Amino acid sequence: MWYFMRSRLGVAAAAVSILFIVAALLAPWLTPYADAGRGVPDLSIRLQSPSWSHWLGTDDLGRDVLARLLFGARTALVVAFGVVVLSVVVGVIVGAVAGYFGRWADEILMRVTDMFLAFPPLLLAVLVAAALGASLRNTVIAIAVSWWPWYARQVRAQVLSLRERPYVRAVQAIGVPRRRIIALHIVPNALSPVWVQATADLGAAVLTAAGLSFVGLGPRPPTADWGTMISEGRQYVLSGQWWIAGFAGVAIVLVAMAFNLAGDVVRDVTDPKTRQHLS
Amino acid sequence: MSSLLVILGVVTITFVVSRLVPSDPASLYAGARARPAQVEQVRQDLNLDAPLMSQYVSYIGDLLRGDFGISFATKRPIAQDLRRFLPATLELAFAATALSMLVGIPAGVAAAARRHRPSDTSLRLFAVLGVSVPVFWSALLLQLFFSSKLDWLPLAGRTDATTSFNEVTGFFLVDAVLSGSWSNVADVAAHLVLPVAVMAAYPLGLTIRLIRGAMLEVLGADYIEAATVAQVPRSTVLSRLALKNSLLPALTILGLTFAYSVSSAFLVEAVFAWPGLGKYLTDAIVRVDFPVITAAAMVIAVVYVAVNLILDLVQSWLDPRVQLS
Repeated sequence: MWYFMRSRLGVAAAAVSILFIVAALLAPWLTPYADAGRGVPDLSIRLQSPSWSHWLGTDDLGRDVLARLLFGARTALVVAFGVVVLSVVVGVIVGAVAGYFGRWADEILMRVTDMFLAFPPLLLAVLVAAALGASLRNTVIAIAVSWWPWYARQVRAQVLSLRERPYVRAVQAIGVPRRRIIALHIVPNALSPVWVQATADLGAAVLTAAGLSFVGLGPRPPTADWGTMISEGRQYVLSGQWWIAGFAGVAIVLVAMAFNLAGDVVRDVTDPKTRQHLS
Repeated sequence: MSSLLVILGVVTITFVVSRLVPSDPASLYAGARARPAQVEQVRQDLNLDAPLMSQYVSYIGDLLRGDFGISFATKRPIAQDLRRFLPATLELAFAATALSMLVGIPAGVAAAARRHRPSDTSLRLFAVLGVSVPVFWSALLLQLFFSSKLDWLPLAGRTDATTSFNEVTGFFLVDAVLSGSWSNVADVAAHLVLPVAVMAAYPLGLTIRLIRGAMLEVLGADYIEAATVAQVPRSTVLSRLALKNSLLPALTILGLTFAYSVSSAFLVEAVFAWPGLGKYLTDAIVRVDFPVITAAAMVIAVVYVAVNLILDLVQSWLDPRVQLS
């Protein structure tokens, strides 16, 4: 925690991350326009520029942009944690089994992993999302399908080195069942590099999901979504109504940056070798 | 041999995702408005009732014969469209790679030579900014400022509606030069500026940082110190002695940049209405034209993989320490 506080960027990143999570959780109570946030249109106030009553303006259906952003934060939060949790779980299972059992299990699992790693992740996500059909749940699945191999490789490498450690040999010798050894003695110790990746990936998930919804593979309306706001606000940008796509982009950039920097801080905290670089 | 396997892997994943993931592939392939009879027709044509293994064999066979299926939105063979759109995407990726190398390498060398260290914080901030800004959003901002507000550069497309020349290679910059008219070349170049700038932004930052890092490492080596002691001019040390040994990482970045450009091109192409593979893909997504989506995504992925493989080969050829597995 002390290291966290010593880095000014770390503090800023933590602040934005916490703000984002709080905004997502409390969205309905933070805006007087919760109905608009949920997608109820009011065509009498279409495309109003930012003002005292609508701080960030209104969109093409007359919905308050700030309210849409707050509700969009909920979507982003679900996607970010959904994607990361899902791909970490799959990656850890595959990596641990391949690393611990070795031989043919390792051979088969790693060939499959390599196949997935060769495919450009963004395109794989597009492909899977298109095959499943556009929805919030499918966005999460599509991105996770393209990400789990990274975790699987990392965990496997850790497990390979942990497997030979004396303490593991010791629990093997006293006859602890293998499933127990993996779950209680190996996986917890193999996770430290995973936390770094996972934290930074929260931001990358928000970005990737925004890309998917930008091309029309995101959650269906009226669900508020930042990427969809950019793609729908796009046609109004050039005619002067920049605030819909503009503020949605700012939200994505801030959250992606915050999680990326937080990932750096987690690395600095968990890895003593890089500690001196912190200023 | 192993490189062919990687490409086969990409094709296999595409096959599995398109045949196993959807609940009813036939209706997805036939399109949302297809009548039951049409869906049945597609089921017959694609052999969707056959066991998966024989579907796979006929799928690979079709691909080898250059048959990528038929778009149900346009009824055109997809292979034809792919051939038409591929050069536009490659042109964009080549230009973005060239820009980030031509600017990034000198900038990286300069940053290392001056040893002027920007604070750790600002470097980190800059690097993180590069990976955190969605390309389709920065593309939109550039459009807004340089085309709409300042009217310096064209908004979208590859040429003005009035410009025309023979499409010999499909690479418009080359074609425009071949047409022998400077106004054609200027028009094509002007249309390239914004999309290329957007695509090169992230790789450019990466190139500067990596070249700077590689140079600083090389500059600390004994032979550089020896040259300096022997009073070899500083500029010679930098350009002849140090840079040469920093270029191997540059090659890696070159591949990364190109691969990144090809695979993220669809987001940029969608904003700039750039008629390449990416726009073909995103248009197909909007129309839920599933055969096109799978074919376009697969071809882009194959180009991406092929670039990485070629680069591995070149690298092992240049650097004897790198062993191909």
